[in-house]
Amino acid sequence: MLKIIRDLLLHNRGFAAGVFLLGFVLVIAALSFVSPYNPLDSYVVPPDMPPGWPHILGTTSRGQDVFWMLSFAIRNTLAFGLLVALISRVLSLVIGLVAGYAGGWVDRVLMSINDTFIVIPLFPILVLFYFVMRDKMSWAALAGVMACLGWAYDARLIRSVAMSLRTREFTETSIFSGMSMPQILVKEHLPYVMPIVFSTTMNNINWSIGLEVTLSVLGFTDINTPTIGSMIYWANQHTAMVAGVWWWIAFPVALVIMTFIGLFLLAVSMNEFIDPRSRLGRGGE
Amino acid sequence: MKSYATYLLRRFGQFVLVVFIGMNIAFVVTHATPIDPVEQSIAAATSFGSTSPEAIGMMRESLRELYGLQGSGWQQYVGFWKRVVVLDFGPSLSAFPTPVSTLIWRALPWTVGLLLVSTAITWVLGNLLGGLAGYLRNSRTLNITGLLVMGFHPIPYYIVALLLLIVFGYVWPVLPITGGAQMNMERGWNLDFVVSVLKHSVLPVLSLVMVGLGGWFMGMRSLVSNIVSEDYVVYAELGGVAKSRILRSYVMRNALVPQVTGLAMSLGGIFNGAIITEQVFGYPGIGALMIDAVHAGDYSLVLGLTSVSIVAVSAAVLLIDMLYPLLDPRVKVA
Repeated sequence: MLKIIRDLLLHNRGFAAGVFLLGFVLVIAALSFVSPYNPLDSYVVPPDMPPGWPHILGTTSRGQDVFWMLSFAIRNTLAFGLLVALISRVLSLVIGLVAGYAGGWVDRVLMSINDTFIVIPLFPILVLFYFVMRDKMSWAALAGVMACLGWAYDARLIRSVAMSLRTREFTETSIFSGMSMPQILVKEHLPYVMPIVFSTTMNNINWSIGLEVTLSVLGFTDINTPTIGSMIYWANQHTAMVAGVWWWIAFPVALVIMTFIGLFLLAVSMNEFIDPRSRLGRGGE
Repeated sequence: MKSYATYLLRRFGQFVLVVFIGMNIAFVVTHATPIDPVEQSIAAATSFGSTSPEAIGMMRESLRELYGLQGSGWQQYVGFWKRVVVLDFGPSLSAFPTPVSTLIWRALPWTVGLLLVSTAITWVLGNLLGGLAGYLRNSRTLNITGLLVMGFHPIPYYIVALLLLIVFGYVWPVLPITGGAQMNMERGWNLDFVVSVLKHSVLPVLSLVMVGLGGWFMGMRSLVSNIVSEDYVVYAELGGVAKSRILRSYVMRNALVPQVTGLAMSLGGIFNGAIITEQVFGYPGIGALMIDAVHAGDYSLVLGLTSVSIVAVSAAVLLIDMLYPLLDPRVKVA
């Protein structure tokens, strides 16, 4: 595992760039643990200070330090993406593996449902959800709903691999040696799809962070939890661009773009590395 | 022909399923939450200005009826479907007494226009560039173009739209950044109005194209680079078939098939992007209408918009599915 990572770092520029970008973002997120300010307090520093010392990224009109605020925001945003990705991974793994293995009508039913979730426009539904929840809208509730809506695309991918695994000899051997379906799926098939699961995780985090940022910029989430989206929301509320407090918007946007590109590069380079077909072609090494 | 009918029937079944599941999600979301939407709406509607207690009482009555909160759970469910089937969501609360359907019909052409134009540009351009990049692997220009379009791909619609807004609103103000057309202008088929509409659509379309391009580009490039090593392409090259013809009818033609399926699959996401973009640029489509409806606490409008979105997107997917056999004749034979 470590050797693979080292080789990728040396030979795949996309992977190296992705690791670097994401590492930078993670360091900033980790710094939130040593922040001198509480992110929920306002007017702890002089407002509207341009970037400089001691407030390296300036301060907001609400009297918060942009840098430290940003470290909390990116931490929450990343945690949100990770939570959605984890829950939706479980769903897509179960559905993808079962559909691919079982085939027949089970596969048809599961894939019909799956395609439905791919097609349904999620944004209006999430807006409707906020509309009903209003002030009770929490970070965790949103993550739960998004995980329930965001598994479908990857389930289809996992199913296509599971289908080809089904026809392989070792599956037959497992059946003859008396393994049950859950056992085969977990012990035999799961290791094969793990690489795809990792790369889809990156894409899924991107997707969920993107939606979270959008929803909170519009004010459709719990805007009091500091996230990248809610930071931009508050900046917009104080008309930061018009007031010339550009650093309040520019730095969160720049950091979140770094996150997106970093995750995307990791997903793409991992895909190049795995390329399910060539990997499967090599067999049970 | 019989198999085409089976194919169509199956796709139609999928369409019905999408609408059914989508509406059920909408129903569950609106009915299974711990919050009383009636009280929420009243609080939102009466937060500005003073309203007499009698008026609030009447409002509560009509809201309970409108939300379909009367009767048993089953009756509520049936009532919900009745509204959906006839697409009648009653009068809008914020623009009382205009019916919700009127508001939606007024906004829909803007969204459909924006979506059609931007999706067409994105899909054609992305596939063309991706195909060329897959076929001419060593072209520097194409590689740099690829890097550029893929750089924008992972960034969400909202952020790209915001960046364009900042660039063309503050840094270099040459294009209109808000609205669908200039205000106080005679609306109709006259040159000034059309030009104004086009100008206002440049930034929304541009941001949708910038985000969307990378996906088609990458997909097409990898498809094409797989196809060029196929035997029949090598054979055509050895047989002296012109390069442009190989690319057009041997390579791209085959690679387009999965890309059309991809288009049907990603319509939901593209639609999300369009309504988000509309919001940023204040474009008068259903995205902006939806955001306004949420802020105004207009439940019937939000529910109506959600339902129309689900039906419209799945109908568009059905349409693509119906045209698919034209491109891939195997569907008719199989």
